[in-house]
Amino acid sequence: MTAARRIFHILHAASLPACAAAICILSLAAAPLRAGDIPLNQRQSGYDTMGRDTRAMQDDDTANPATLWLLDGEALWSKKEGAAGKACADCHTDAATSMKGVAARYPAFNTKQNKPLDIEGRINNCRTEHQQAQPLPFENKDLLALTAYVARQSRGMAIAPPPENMQPVVDQGRAIFEKRQGQLNLSCAQCHDDNWGRKLAGSAIPQGHPNGYPLYRLEWQSVGSLQRRLRNCLIGMRAEGYALGSPEYVALEAFLMWRARGMKMESPAVRP
Amino acid sequence: MARVLINVPATAKRGSVIQIKTLISHVMEPGFRPGPDGKIIPRDIITLMTCKYNGEEVFRADMFPAVAANPFVTFHTIATESGKLEFAWTGDNGFTETASANITVE
Repeated sequence: MTAARRIFHILHAASLPACAAAICILSLAAAPLRAGDIPLNQRQSGYDTMGRDTRAMQDDDTANPATLWLLDGEALWSKKEGAAGKACADCHTDAATSMKGVAARYPAFNTKQNKPLDIEGRINNCRTEHQQAQPLPFENKDLLALTAYVARQSRGMAIAPPPENMQPVVDQGRAIFEKRQGQLNLSCAQCHDDNWGRKLAGSAIPQGHPNGYPLYRLEWQSVGSLQRRLRNCLIGMRAEGYALGSPEYVALEAFLMWRARGMKMESPAVRP
Repeated sequence: MARVLINVPATAKRGSVIQIKTLISHVMEPGFRPGPDGKIIPRDIITLMTCKYNGEEVFRADMFPAVAANPFVTFHTIATESGKLEFAWTGDNGFTETASANITVE
């Protein structure tokens, strides 16, 4: 931690109630950068800090194992499902045009359900509402394949800042991000805002941006969702994870997307 | 059915060394891990991968439980003549998968 960041951290801790009140007022307009937040020009993708071999895997679609999920997702896109006998392609036609940029602006607020939905939630919403099919369980291979296929269409695009109606959700996500939890009494921010670039045991601490999800994690030997990654971190903090698909995870996802606004999408990425 | 990705250069100079990359979806369950019910999950791995170049075997690999899921295998061979590269994988529970790629040698 640099001297400046350490001072920020102490200030931050000392004046938390006052700070929180000030933020509540300011956030009505637009969530501002706070002390402890990573300056926009210092943000880096996990890609920038990973090894040469892992980068090579991500750079080459035929070496990136997530491509296997993309092939499944492409097949599922035009497969008829549910009582309505409709495929995704029947409404959305070609994903390359209709899904372009969608993953870069999710989670988004669904006015019909009056709650924010991430991509997985949106796909399941389509299944129940339009296809009249059963929602897919989280981390199900088909759901990951479809999510990866949708997210792939936004590769290279900049993450869009969430619209106004998502602000309360983003704020809720930030509150969870900065809350100390678990037996180790850690918050997400203590690692990913205050100590990124340093080491936790042998591993580099990344800034924790969600720009490559769903992604192939070598440790998982599989594609996994952002929620799986978040649960992974919570287990590491010895905190009790939320149920997959819960509003807390969606809020965290929304905050992380706000935090990574403007960064390039890499989905489906490869990470160690 | 397993998904397969093959990366072979479409054209190559005669006598040059070419790189071939293969990726196949497979769980590669090692057979040592207990499942949620405490029972050992039976072994389910690919045991053999071969590559034939115009009918002649140019590469063969035995695989074992320590190989990761979705095996990514790259190897090199010499581009001798135009033709077909045929890949075959076999494994536990009667697993078989094949794929092929064409190459033009100038």
